[in-house]
Amino acid sequence: MSDETVDYHPMWAELGLDLPTHDALLGAVGQLFGDAYLTQQNRPEGMGYLNFVMSEVHGLRIKELDDYRKSGGKVFGTFCLYVPEEIIRAAAGWCVGLCAGAEFAYDQVEQIMPRNTCSLIKSFMGFKLAKVCPYIESADLVIGETTCDCKKKAYELLGEMHNVFVMELPQMKRDVDMAMWRDEIRALMAKVEEVTGNTITAESLKAAIKEVNDKRRALQRIAATRAADPAPISGKDALLATQVAFYDDVPRFTQMMNALADELEARVAAGEGVAPKGAKRVLVTGTPMALPNWKLHDLIEKAGAVVVGEEMCTGSRYYQDLVSEDATTLDEMVSDIAEKYLDINCACFTPNQGRLEDVVRMAKALGADGVIDYSLQFCGLYEMESNAVEKAVRDAGFPVLKITTDYSMEDVGQLATRIEAFLEML
Amino acid sequence: MRILGLDIGSRSVDAVWLEDGRIIDWAVADSGFDPGSAAALFVDRGAHDAIVSTGYGRHAARERFGGTAVTEITAYGVGASVLFPHASSVLDIGGQDTKVISLGPGGKVTDFEMNDKCAAGTGKFLEVMARALGFTLEEMAEQGIIAPTGVSISSMCTVFAESEVTGLVHRGEDRARIARGLHESIAKRTLSSLKRVNAQGPLVFAGGVAKNPAMVALIAEGFAGVVLVPEEAQTVGAFGAALSAVQGGPADGR
Repeated sequence: MSDETVDYHPMWAELGLDLPTHDALLGAVGQLFGDAYLTQQNRPEGMGYLNFVMSEVHGLRIKELDDYRKSGGKVFGTFCLYVPEEIIRAAAGWCVGLCAGAEFAYDQVEQIMPRNTCSLIKSFMGFKLAKVCPYIESADLVIGETTCDCKKKAYELLGEMHNVFVMELPQMKRDVDMAMWRDEIRALMAKVEEVTGNTITAESLKAAIKEVNDKRRALQRIAATRAADPAPISGKDALLATQVAFYDDVPRFTQMMNALADELEARVAAGEGVAPKGAKRVLVTGTPMALPNWKLHDLIEKAGAVVVGEEMCTGSRYYQDLVSEDATTLDEMVSDIAEKYLDINCACFTPNQGRLEDVVRMAKALGADGVIDYSLQFCGLYEMESNAVEKAVRDAGFPVLKITTDYSMEDVGQLATRIEAFLEML
Repeated sequence: MRILGLDIGSRSVDAVWLEDGRIIDWAVADSGFDPGSAAALFVDRGAHDAIVSTGYGRHAARERFGGTAVTEITAYGVGASVLFPHASSVLDIGGQDTKVISLGPGGKVTDFEMNDKCAAGTGKFLEVMARALGFTLEEMAEQGIIAPTGVSISSMCTVFAESEVTGLVHRGEDRARIARGLHESIAKRTLSSLKRVNAQGPLVFAGGVAKNPAMVALIAEGFAGVVLVPEEAQTVGAFGAALSAVQGGPADGR
């Protein structure tokens, strides 16, 4: 997917990527993208930007990171929403998501972790072991978190190959947990200051809070247009916007997403959509869908329905809450950041009633006809919580389909039948 | 207007010709390695004005023969509720998957469950086990009825269960008791699936495995309501697919 006029191979080689394997990966992702995305009808013009980003996802963007690092800047890789991007940016660090979302080098992964580990973890480890993720190879520090037991142990394994710093995330949301979480954020500040050599000030943090909030506001605008019937943007395209949010330059991405939101708002006003008015509308909830995992959305939308929302980390959980912008002192800002991030409703918390409320609220607000609850196989947390989600959604009067799957394509026939039958039932 | 309903499954291709809501003819062929060609023989009779396909080959069939496609879930729901207007639920055990369907008023699907990507508890499972026991499918069902008690089979995975059965045979366990145990293990799994979708009686048991008397007996014994088996259990999907066109049902016209 590299730009034909620029050969990025020297840069990839310098990063230590395994070039033949990496070429094969890019070919596969390019084909996947073509099949899932470029076959869509009536796409908003603003998606051209995301098409371009995807075509340069291992090219131009990596070049930007490379240039930044060569000028003395530092890059931080993260795997999870709970790592506050504001802190990293306040020290002039750049934050990027790391590769996962595709089945890769599982043979190597299974030598160091059990086969029955969830796809997300096996995938990120596969990308690392096979040396095909230019993001992790560009990261001066990987910031992990203790969101699940398998990730916790996986970071130990990753720590043998890369600089890793792990944040301890509480599992409950009591005052003691909040106090502990504030300390964790301060510990992250100290670490980021050490790596970058820059001091985080009230001014720099205030600016970073504003900047990251602006990114979330742009995504909120896009999300809001999806309540319209016909939906002005496909679920796949909206999902891609959130996925790219983890990787792209923040101010540029915000500007482009606001432009996309302008277009979508105009489409809504004109009654234009990607699917005919009255197409079945589905809300998806569950485990995150890391780029390039478009499997479920693709199946749903190829069956003629439209996904109108994602209650997931690559969805509303990423952008629905903002950090307060009122604080003036560093301490207040840290508290505000701690509060916002602890407010994310991940299944790693107990209790997690907030997520059930979010799902039902979104299903109503977005005019969903049904809800699909998506769990990655061996993700104990989401698989366990699935029962509570199903009950809450049914009690609110929405039909629900539970799907447990992974990144492989071996079950797409079965899944297509279940999804189509679910849509026929709505 | 004559409608051809085609159910292209993993083991068989079933066809039903419908005119004014009545079956005028039906046929069943082995899917073999080329189910499309098996279906083409029915299409080539030219005795229809429209085609509705269902089963795992529905999309391929729609592309090849035109017409519309509908999932097996909807097709079985429609088919079963027309054959038995009081039906509240449907069980379809086919060659490679099992479906349980809860029906609302008018045969509308209200909930369903389908086994995922393995052959556990399906017709394929029975075929593999019959081979491991040296029985035909019919013999295995007969033995399953004759044996007063079954051996407990703990593996649901077709591959593991085959090893388990081989182990039992080598230990000298009675083949009839193993046969019964195998049927019981599928019945147990199926009954819990029916409970999960809150299936009420009467239950219509359709699909190829409904022709297995041992399975029918065990399901009837364990299910809280009446169990009904259609005469041509295998063709309920094809019949339902054809009907869905007549009813202007959910068949998708893409």
